[in-house]
Amino acid sequence: MKLTSRCLRCVQAELRAWWLKGRMTKAALPSGTSSLGGKNGFPLKKGSEPNIQTILMFCSRMDDRGEVKCIKFSIGNKILAVQRTLKSVDFINFIPDYPHTEFSQECKTKNASVLGFCWTSWNEVVFVTDQGIEFYQVFPDKRSLKLLKSQNINVNWYQYCPETAVILLSTTVQGNVLQPFAFRNGAMTKMSKFEIELPVVPKPAKLSLSERDIAMATIYGQLYVMYLKHHSRTVNSPGAEVVLYHLPREGICKKSHVLKLNTTGKFALNIVDNLVVVHHQSSQTSLIFDIKLKEPECAVNTHQPVLPARSIHPYRIPLSGPAAVPTQPPVPCQLYSSSWSVFQPDIIISASEGYLWYLQVRLPPAVRLLQDKGKLMDFLLRRRDCKMVILSVCSQILEAQENGSLPVVATVFDKLNQVYKEYLEAEQSYTAAVESGPTRGAAAQKRPVRTQAVIDQSDMYTHVLSAFTERKDVSHKFIIAVLMEYIRSLNQNQITVQHYLYELVIKTLVQNSLFYMLHQFLQYHVLSDSKPLACLLLSLESTYPPAHQLSLDMLKRLSTANDEIVEVLLSKQQVLGALRFIRSVGAHDNVSARKFLDAARQTGDQMLFYTVFRSFQQRNQRLRGNPSFNPGEHCEEHVAYFKQLFGEQALMKPSTV
Amino acid sequence: MLMISPKMASGAQEKQFTQSLLSFFIYNPTLGPREGEEEKKILFYHPSEVEKNEKIRNVGLCEAIVQFTRTFCPTKPAKSLHTQKNRQFFFEPEEHFWIVMVVRNPMIEKPNKDGKPPTIEYQEEEILDTVYGAVVRQCYSMYKLFNGTFGRAMEAGGVELLIQKLEKFFYRYLQTLHLQSCDLLDVFGGISFFPLDKMTYLKIQSFVNRVEESLSLIKYTSFLYNDQLIWSGLEQDDMRILYKYLTTSLFPRHSEPELAGRDSPLRPEVTGNLLHYGRFLTGPTNLKDPEAKFRFPKIFVSAEDGYEELHLIVYKAMSAAACFMISASVELTRDFCEQLDSLVGPQLTLLASDICEQFTINRRISGPEKEPQFKFIYFNHMNLAEKSTIHMRKTASVCLTSVHPDLMKILGDINCDFARVDEDEEIIVKAMTDYWVVGKKSDQRELYVILNQKNANLIEVNEEVKRLCATQFNNIFFLD
Repeated sequence: MKLTSRCLRCVQAELRAWWLKGRMTKAALPSGTSSLGGKNGFPLKKGSEPNIQTILMFCSRMDDRGEVKCIKFSIGNKILAVQRTLKSVDFINFIPDYPHTEFSQECKTKNASVLGFCWTSWNEVVFVTDQGIEFYQVFPDKRSLKLLKSQNINVNWYQYCPETAVILLSTTVQGNVLQPFAFRNGAMTKMSKFEIELPVVPKPAKLSLSERDIAMATIYGQLYVMYLKHHSRTVNSPGAEVVLYHLPREGICKKSHVLKLNTTGKFALNIVDNLVVVHHQSSQTSLIFDIKLKEPECAVNTHQPVLPARSIHPYRIPLSGPAAVPTQPPVPCQLYSSSWSVFQPDIIISASEGYLWYLQVRLPPAVRLLQDKGKLMDFLLRRRDCKMVILSVCSQILEAQENGSLPVVATVFDKLNQVYKEYLEAEQSYTAAVESGPTRGAAAQKRPVRTQAVIDQSDMYTHVLSAFTERKDVSHKFIIAVLMEYIRSLNQNQITVQHYLYELVIKTLVQNSLFYMLHQFLQYHVLSDSKPLACLLLSLESTYPPAHQLSLDMLKRLSTANDEIVEVLLSKQQVLGALRFIRSVGAHDNVSARKFLDAARQTGDQMLFYTVFRSFQQRNQRLRGNPSFNPGEHCEEHVAYFKQLFGEQALMKPSTV
Repeated sequence: MLMISPKMASGAQEKQFTQSLLSFFIYNPTLGPREGEEEKKILFYHPSEVEKNEKIRNVGLCEAIVQFTRTFCPTKPAKSLHTQKNRQFFFEPEEHFWIVMVVRNPMIEKPNKDGKPPTIEYQEEEILDTVYGAVVRQCYSMYKLFNGTFGRAMEAGGVELLIQKLEKFFYRYLQTLHLQSCDLLDVFGGISFFPLDKMTYLKIQSFVNRVEESLSLIKYTSFLYNDQLIWSGLEQDDMRILYKYLTTSLFPRHSEPELAGRDSPLRPEVTGNLLHYGRFLTGPTNLKDPEAKFRFPKIFVSAEDGYEELHLIVYKAMSAAACFMISASVELTRDFCEQLDSLVGPQLTLLASDICEQFTINRRISGPEKEPQFKFIYFNHMNLAEKSTIHMRKTASVCLTSVHPDLMKILGDINCDFARVDEDEEIIVKAMTDYWVVGKKSDQRELYVILNQKNANLIEVNEEVKRLCATQFNNIFFLD
């Protein structure tokens, strides 16, 4: 794992200054800021950077209006909402040509205090109060809000997942009954509530589920509520756990996964690239879990970390700006500091250093840490930037060439081709749907996305196989076995093998003079027919004569290569054979007579020339009622030669009948 | 040994005798060049009970014929000698070593009235040179497969060793020669390939590669199913003779217990938790037997520097057989065999059932097998692939054909005609028995068809053969 601040670098100085001024201390950071850096938090993403100036300007203008509890842009940075009191939220338009004057909205419920608010679209906002939620639509032009819907419920605290627009409310005295609400297009849906199992039920009942131990995130496209279940001394468990509750749009929320942390202490959660990352403060390490990785030795939904615990890659703060001296080394940043705040999905804020980072997963070290190559592939194939890593793993496996690595190679190929095939199928059904017209549900079908996990034959060829077959220190037996294994795997997944792979096989076989092996492969059509392959075989004839027959057979099967067959036969001076062949396929009427006559003359066999010549005269007679050749056929030279050999009278005369 | 098969000809008390082996000997003229030492030339003589002087006379005669004919064509000495009663075949496989086989012509014994001795009619033209010439060459190839060249034995232990080896090998081998059932297939010496889809074939490849990788002692592997070849790691010529041995000798010897059923030793082995039907056809019959010997037959195959000696392990599970060949310099142990058994047994069992399943599916797709109007033999010189719908399954003792020997003789004759020229050609013959026989030669391929349509004319026969080519051989290039 490593930290990046790439999107932030330019705004760093300002933000830092702003934070350190104490306008927004850590304590003042409301829980709602979990969306910081996300869709509707601070406009931190590239392209929206100018807005930071606006915020700063704005902030400096509202100094005297009381402490800012929370500040959030609506989606698309259209409207800024600011909460200063427990009763109301203020709004400022950031849409050009709209009035810039602030307007305010008080919560409707009597005696309720606003715990926070969340934007669910560019103009819809939800107030969460201790007594329920209020769903508003904002009219920036009228500088007013309209209540769309509200719900009374006692709220201890809440969490918001901006990606899915789902708000999770903690209710009941113990706080462990969670009530989710989903928002979409002005509609509010109450989802089914669920209860988090507490390790110890306190007596008398008191608030026992802290909002710090709950987080929401989308993993593999599904919304999960993650509960950090601390180790309890009374229950005999070896360590803390993260319990994942799957929260479907419809249906009941179910406990779905348990991640074993095998240790105790302070933890924080992030989601990066669909991996659950659990930071452990005291050991200064992080654990990575992949909920799709099946663990055979564990119960169905219990997961152990994919990799051993590792620390985040050290981050050095480059000193930049006018104060920076070039010779000054970058300052290492304190990792796992107690001043860190972690936000979903992948944000870490270091309040003391004034940094906001995105957490990233670095895949290359995982290669060394995961011994089981099959499992490693499963892991890598689900990652975003996996292609080069996967290809390098393939090369590594082939290079290592340990005894018994062939089954491993086979497993890896099968896994890659499974993903490759799924993509091809999706692409195919999409194309079919598009072709069948928009009437038949094609609109519903999206063009399949080609992720990096789709590793096709040209990737394998370019990055792995072609270099591998060049290696001199590897036995040809192993090289051929690997190539065959790849071809087998492609075939098993019904993927059409590209001819360059066959050429690689043939090249390797020929280099090692394994012609009989090649012959057998062709005999069983392991190397599928194609014109390029047939031509390659023809070129092998001088070193391996049977290649001629193999090539002709292949051309015959292609059934589109009749011209090539004629060429091959003529080049072998099998003029009659060529003539008989062209007749048998019914193309006799269209072939160039000159080509045949040339070949026949070259043989020096006068009778052969006579036969071929007469055969074409007969053809002309049949087609045009005249045995003579058309000027366009350029056969004058041959007519003259024929006369010279056999005399004028041997020429066929136009039939008078 | 005289092979007599008396047939009752219509009415008359005729007795028919098929061709049979009269004698078989091997000699080297350089071993006894001086007068009085002629016996030394003879390395092997069958039948051994023949009187010494007669042996010397016969060998001398052959020597003389070969020497005499050499004056006409030094590069091509005589290959056979036709006489009224028998025919002799000469073959010089290694310099100065000659193998001679004398076959008695088939004959008919017609009883005479009045108590006169029966007249014997020799059918001199019934025997084909090509067929029996091939049989002699096969004898040598088979010897060489198991013993290496004559020269090798001479180097290793002089004439004594060679004589000993020849005696040991040919004593048994000649008993298995069934001259009366030799035909065109012996000329071809082809290999029958098992038809298989690409995917199953690739699975077999994968299996072979994995086994060779984990048991790195294995140098070559060949794979057969139903006595038909699927994969050969050996070169073509070595595989040809090994295939001959497997299908005409080793497999038939082991198929009887399988067919016997109840008392068969075919009980599934359990390795780990996997059930398998694998067993060794060569080497130990029972791995668990503490007395078991781990000795395998040794074979000689060609290598870059002459030949190499290999252990031949034949391992079979159901209808799938794998031959593993390991350098003879390695001592094979119980450990190795157990390892092989536990690795190969389960996988081979699985593959065998996979192949069987695929095979039945393919057969179902291609429709129920109708008894065709024609029978054919196909052979491709390039890959030695042969296919015959004329021959029944070969067993250890006989090779059954479903057509009359006369027709087989016509096929042989056509083959001789083809051998004479390089060009592609086609020959159509109407046999005495109203069958049509068609021979086609295209490039390196030969096809012989026997049609049972006595009323058909030449054009119809030609059309029929074209149809056959289009249906049975549509994926190869066959000139019309």
